[in-house]
Amino acid sequence: MGVATMDANNSSDTDKARREYLVFALGKEEYGIDILKVQEIRGYDAVTRLAKSPSFIKGVINLRGHIVPIVDMRIKFDVGNVIYNDFTVVIILNVLNRTVGMVVDGVSDVIELSGDDIRPAPEFGAVMNTNYIQGLGVVGERMIIMVDIEKLMSSDEMALMDAAVAANV
Amino acid sequence: MTFDMSQFHQVFFDETAEHLVNMESLLLAINVQQPESEDLNAIFRAAHSIKGGAATFGFSDLAELTHVLENLLDKVRKNELPLSRDIVDASLLSGDLLKEMLAFHRGDEPVDEARIAVLKQKLEQLSVPGVVAVPSVPAAQPAAAVSGRLHIELYPPVAMAVEELWQRLAALGSLQIMQALDEQADPVIPALAVLTTASPCDDVVEMLAFLLSPESFKVVEDTTVEDDGVGFFSLPAIAPSGDIAFEEDGFGLFAPLPASSASHNADIAFEEDGFGLFEPLAAAPSATPVPAANHAPAPAKEPTRPETRAVTAVAAAAGENSIRVSTDKVDLLLNLVGELVITQSMLMQYGSGLDSVEHENLLNSISLLQRNSRELQEAVMSIRMMPIAFVFNRFPRVVRDLAGKLDKQVELKMVGENTELDKGFIEKLSDPLTHLVRNSLDHGIESPEQRRAKGKKETGLLTLRAFHEGGSIVIEVTDDGAGLRRDKILSKARESGLPVSDTMSDTEVWALIFEPGFSTAAEVTDVSGRGVGMDVVRKNIVAMGGRIDISSMVDIGTTMTIRLPLTLAIMDGMSIKIADETYVLPLNYILESLQPKPSEVKTIAGRGQVVSVRGEYLPIVSVAEYFSIDAPASQPDKSILIIVESSSQKVALMVDELLGQQQFVVKNLEANYRKVEGLSGATIMGDGRVALILDVAAIVRMNLQKAHGEILTAQLH
Repeated sequence: MGVATMDANNSSDTDKARREYLVFALGKEEYGIDILKVQEIRGYDAVTRLAKSPSFIKGVINLRGHIVPIVDMRIKFDVGNVIYNDFTVVIILNVLNRTVGMVVDGVSDVIELSGDDIRPAPEFGAVMNTNYIQGLGVVGERMIIMVDIEKLMSSDEMALMDAAVAANV
Repeated sequence: MTFDMSQFHQVFFDETAEHLVNMESLLLAINVQQPESEDLNAIFRAAHSIKGGAATFGFSDLAELTHVLENLLDKVRKNELPLSRDIVDASLLSGDLLKEMLAFHRGDEPVDEARIAVLKQKLEQLSVPGVVAVPSVPAAQPAAAVSGRLHIELYPPVAMAVEELWQRLAALGSLQIMQALDEQADPVIPALAVLTTASPCDDVVEMLAFLLSPESFKVVEDTTVEDDGVGFFSLPAIAPSGDIAFEEDGFGLFAPLPASSASHNADIAFEEDGFGLFEPLAAAPSATPVPAANHAPAPAKEPTRPETRAVTAVAAAAGENSIRVSTDKVDLLLNLVGELVITQSMLMQYGSGLDSVEHENLLNSISLLQRNSRELQEAVMSIRMMPIAFVFNRFPRVVRDLAGKLDKQVELKMVGENTELDKGFIEKLSDPLTHLVRNSLDHGIESPEQRRAKGKKETGLLTLRAFHEGGSIVIEVTDDGAGLRRDKILSKARESGLPVSDTMSDTEVWALIFEPGFSTAAEVTDVSGRGVGMDVVRKNIVAMGGRIDISSMVDIGTTMTIRLPLTLAIMDGMSIKIADETYVLPLNYILESLQPKPSEVKTIAGRGQVVSVRGEYLPIVSVAEYFSIDAPASQPDKSILIIVESSSQKVALMVDELLGQQQFVVKNLEANYRKVEGLSGATIMGDGRVALILDVAAIVRMNLQKAHGEILTAQLH
């Protein structure tokens, strides 16, 4: 349902209206996600490891009483320096009525783009699969890869949801 | 502005369901020979409220059926018809059909029209009095038979489109619009229409009062009198003065209220109706109009019916003392309080490092905070608790119907209906309990002849009892029937190929009836005996974190005892440590924990390990290994073994350390993540960190599959 809403927005609103995107870094690439999907940004806390989970799922944390899984995108896409210190950033996302934390290399800024600023993505060698890429945002000299974070987080390869739940998406 | 009625549908559904339940329980409890007039009135009121609501929201099927039912009940209520078994049965059946119709409007299967027609006919037949019981009372004609003319006036502001309003009114009968509403004119010209309808005046008023604010309309029954302030009723009557007194009395009830306020006016219209205070339009409307009762504060002139007043007051009070709150809100509150408790314990922890003299005030405040937050937590938890009566209440009906079907005489006794348990259990309990009750009736309690032959009372006794015991709630289903037959169960078990022996204890034998596919019933009835029930019952109970036991004696009876934790949200558990990770083990699986001597640990085929506990060899499962925790492999004789039992399989879990036993707030992992094998959930520890709760059943099951052969060999040695 969430995806449907977003697509509808993309086709109608974004062409005219400008929307805000949060830009984060993974390795040398910059990625942008819809800021409305972002709940908060926080530091990396000690996680409770989950057995029998892929290595990029670091575990779960207590986010004000909610048990929230943390995925490390650096491990998932094999980029960046996988170290955890006071500067490690976790983006808490709100996707598909779920809360997920995502560890990235860093958060740079929030940009505003209109539909015209987003170019269709060619087949190219980003670390992320093109299925999850909505397009390329161009801001001056920078090129930002726009990610459909909902699609990515509900995908099989992220293993964040039971198949049945993901199928209903 | 259009008026979206659908937003109120849910409320109507809920309320109607409540009225139906209420009506059913009253019908079941009623003494057919000497019915209390209070009860009859209450049943009538329930039916009437359903009708009113259904008509307002346009559920005509519901309204039609209730209308016929209401006519019948009204006659009974007025002693024009003696109450009979047939009437009770038909009313119960109507209740069932109404429930089905309600379900249909909520999106279920439609109800068979033919059944409704048959029932309506039956109700109508029943409502023709064979003998007029009290001839002095004029036989009330069904309100529908009377056609009345109603003058309706509308004053701006009208809260909805006038056209739509006319349409709604036209649906009730023939509508003649005399004067359209003209808001531009000065002074404003009110709209005027004449409605010729079979619906009672009150119903029309009720509908209007729902749609419009009370000051914006005026309904006058066919009459030339037009005194101002007349709102709601003008009495057509050849009625004896008693009737009028009744009406006035109704108004008197609200006399203390400031009648000037608009909302109160609306209240009057509704309340009146809810308590069935108005009489049906009893006679020809052409009769001399009685000066209309004014709704302005009218002292109750004839306090002739004090009892009615008392009842109404109580009912009104009960309505004000409870509110409907969605469970989401309660759960959110519960979550927040849980957070507060954790924050408080963090403060506590930091505070303990401070100098107690220097920071005396701070430390005092912290301990005050601790007490307050604990009380707050308990209070919030209690919101989720509901009396078990919500489950029990359906059983009088179940037992009555079933006993009739099976030709048995059964008395149902319910004890401890006010025992409270978590709301989550209420829904989940109802199926297993129904199954147990059906079983007791079908297999347990004998037929009257058999009972007589055994020297028992012909009427069997079925007792449902609920009470608190320690940290759990106990629910017993007891019958004084034939009891379980040990030999029968054993032979049946052998037939089904279950491993049994004659030396098994009674408890073990009784437990066999929970095995899948087990049924000792000589024949399969539509009540029970297919053998798919008891294993499901046990599965459901276990899934709730509870257990079920049986005790039984031949010809004395059987008691099924269900034990459940008080709430789903909180669990007693043991926190354990493996390497530097903390896990929680639900306490109800734990039998004991021990530190084995090296000689008690044996290795099987160089792979699996077993420990000998009082002559019994139990497989050792290393939790560290199971969860692939990165830690030096520890030796069983240097660790702690926790013996756990699940589905009568015992396993020794190897852990590094026991941290302590406490209550944990259970959170599920699936809310934001997915199911993880071997984990049943998570909880938040005092330091704010997450600890995972082990799914003992899954671990035991997995171990069984992996090491089945090895264990068998060990037991042979």
